[in-house]
Amino acid sequence: MTREIFTALKTDQMFINFGPQHPSTHGVLRIALTVEGEVIIKAVPDVGFLHRGIEKLFEARNYSQALILTDRLDYVSAMPNNLAYCLAVERLAGIQPPLRAQYLRALVSELTRIASHLVFFGTFGVDMGAFTPFLYAFREREMVLDLFEMLCGGRLLYSYVRVGGVSADLPAGWTEKCREFITFFKPRLKDYDTLLSFNPIFRDRTETVGLISGARALSWGLSGPNLRASGPGYDVRKAEPYCVYDKLSFTVPTGKTGSCWDRYYCRMLEMGQSAEIVLQCLDALAKPELPPGEIMAKGVPKMLRPPAGAAYAHIEASRGDLGFYAVSDASPAPYRMHVRGPSFLNVAILQEILTGCKIADVVAVLGSFDIVLGEVDR
Amino acid sequence: MTEETIKTKFSEPIFNRSHGRLLMPETRYWPTRMWKSPWRLPTYRRGAAVMAGILSGGAAAAWLLGEAGPRVAPLYSLAERYALQQGVPLFLVATVWTLIKAAVLLAVPLVNALFAVWWERKISAHMQSRMGPMYVGWWHGALQTVADGIKLFIKEDIVPECADKFVHLLAPVVVIIPAIVAFAPIPFGRELVYADLDIGTVYVFAVSGVSVMGIIMAGWSSGNKFSLLGGLRSAAQLVSYELPRTFSVIPVIMLAGTLNLSAIAGLQAGYWGGLLPRWFIFYPVVGQVAFAVFLIASVAETNRIPFDIPEAESELVAGFNTEYSGMKFALFFLSEFAYVLLSCLLMAAFFFGGGQPPLPFLGFLPSWAWFLAKTLTLIFCFLWFRWTFPRFRVDRLMNFNWKFLLPVSLLNIAAAGVLIWLLS
Repeated sequence: MTREIFTALKTDQMFINFGPQHPSTHGVLRIALTVEGEVIIKAVPDVGFLHRGIEKLFEARNYSQALILTDRLDYVSAMPNNLAYCLAVERLAGIQPPLRAQYLRALVSELTRIASHLVFFGTFGVDMGAFTPFLYAFREREMVLDLFEMLCGGRLLYSYVRVGGVSADLPAGWTEKCREFITFFKPRLKDYDTLLSFNPIFRDRTETVGLISGARALSWGLSGPNLRASGPGYDVRKAEPYCVYDKLSFTVPTGKTGSCWDRYYCRMLEMGQSAEIVLQCLDALAKPELPPGEIMAKGVPKMLRPPAGAAYAHIEASRGDLGFYAVSDASPAPYRMHVRGPSFLNVAILQEILTGCKIADVVAVLGSFDIVLGEVDR
Repeated sequence: MTEETIKTKFSEPIFNRSHGRLLMPETRYWPTRMWKSPWRLPTYRRGAAVMAGILSGGAAAAWLLGEAGPRVAPLYSLAERYALQQGVPLFLVATVWTLIKAAVLLAVPLVNALFAVWWERKISAHMQSRMGPMYVGWWHGALQTVADGIKLFIKEDIVPECADKFVHLLAPVVVIIPAIVAFAPIPFGRELVYADLDIGTVYVFAVSGVSVMGIIMAGWSSGNKFSLLGGLRSAAQLVSYELPRTFSVIPVIMLAGTLNLSAIAGLQAGYWGGLLPRWFIFYPVVGQVAFAVFLIASVAETNRIPFDIPEAESELVAGFNTEYSGMKFALFFLSEFAYVLLSCLLMAAFFFGGGQPPLPFLGFLPSWAWFLAKTLTLIFCFLWFRWTFPRFRVDRLMNFNWKFLLPVSLLNIAAAGVLIWLLS
């Protein structure tokens, strides 16, 4: 009976270009939607509007010049990009950075994770029609950017992590300022929960939408919080610890159903864990075993010529498993540099899970994946 | 240059040193002072003092002005007497008098929009730990809305190539005219009403329902798929929420026994036990449920968050008014705020006793001042919702209306019958 009614009420299909100029695509993503009324019949994500040929540009620069290109990949959290690149090049050239530099790298990675997830929290709220969380999130993010500005002078693109270490040690008073931020930030997470996370309207819109099972998430190659929300607790920081993550204690939050809300809440919990890691790093950096100033490996040449070969290094960036595959032919420029961008792989599953959703769910699903088009298109 | 000077000069990276200035707390605002109780901060105390000053100043002004309604009729008879002396026909006096009253009525939604937009921006700003407009006007960006209005006036009016030009032009007119005309039977105070209609309640709901047509026309004529979707959504939403909104008022009408708005407001005079006002919201269960349903349905009718689905910014760009610019857009904007004001005026009249003071000893302020104060408080609630809630999804919105709000409002009518039987 219901089926008959639906057949009788069948309306014309409509084709909608969702983007590239649309307030909720978080950049220049285009989704070609075929809708019937409000229900989506077919969704085809179309990427490439921000393609800058960064992987090719790597080949025309030497290793220290190429570093600045990595900032431009995931511009919302630039530090992990620097880090993954430097880890790959260090593995290629056989450089071992000092321990203090490794702690600093972990510290800035986690601060970046907080800053990046704050952007996610704010923009996801805007996608759901709640504008106020956006400004709360940016208030806190501003403080992290201030910390980074004190540390390396940059507020968006840092180039702070260098091949062999980091570019600068903590300036005077930075540690206190950072602790002040963490003390301020932790209670704010509870504010966010009361404001948005457990709002009935918000949960109603996100808990039943965009469900991804663990096996499906793995088969589509999801990573980061998007994967962990579906159940598998894969985190590069635990699976293959880099820097000093094996010396730090933290948990990896996972979700159950892989809904938009799980993806959202995984990130909220991760921010709390990142704050804990930051405190542990600050404690470690204050110890006398790690004297200030030892931030660069000895004997890294100005013009790096790694021996011919290939190396791959991957880290847990804010949006997932970020990997750099570097091939060297013993010349000052990389022969080939490939980037495994988590956002690019996360966006692929959209075509499958958007089918059957409502138009209003497109923004919920897209927002919950937290993609950055700079990394998708490269 | 010795080895030592080179070392001291260049051992530390230069940017590291130059950015040490940020360590001084006064160079950049860090909101860590939020730890403290706000009352320990001088800015909060000053703000509270300013607010108290404005409130008491407004109250004093209202007390000095006194009741405005009873003064209008003598003014008219004075004009009539003067016209008789001068030999001017009386129908001319009546026509001019009606036109003046109409102009005053027209000014109500317009002035309200000027004020409410500024208020909304300031309130949202302070809810979001920022300042909002601060520069235009003498005090806290008070004239920002005027500047925005001028900007909208002189903006180019863009009509899309594939739009249905005539309907595109007509749509904002169809939206704004009912929004203004609906104010006619509102009792702004004692004897302060443009048209004291006996079917005032029916008139307001009937006229304000016409605006839906304009929104559908806007969505259809723009030649834009997002506009069309917005128009479709608003057609469904506004027509649906019209039902519980109307049904929620029926208990009030049953209790009052009249459809005349000023009579409904007047019937709520007096106090139970000399303290609790006899407002309809204080009638056990029935009054509160009716008010809650009316409030929710009114928020939906005015297309505001959490029900702003027709113009859902993150989904449909701007919904039905995507292709409107300049003054046509301003008319849509104006009608939204006119309807917010209308809903709040109706709520104040139906549930909060119109111009009746909340406590007996507060009767020294005129009725229009109380009516205004109640309306502004309710408008504040609308703004508060907007900056707190996320948006509903369109199908959930319909479920909420048809499966919850409508049955509740129908049950409430039955409950009102029981209450009347108990009271009699």
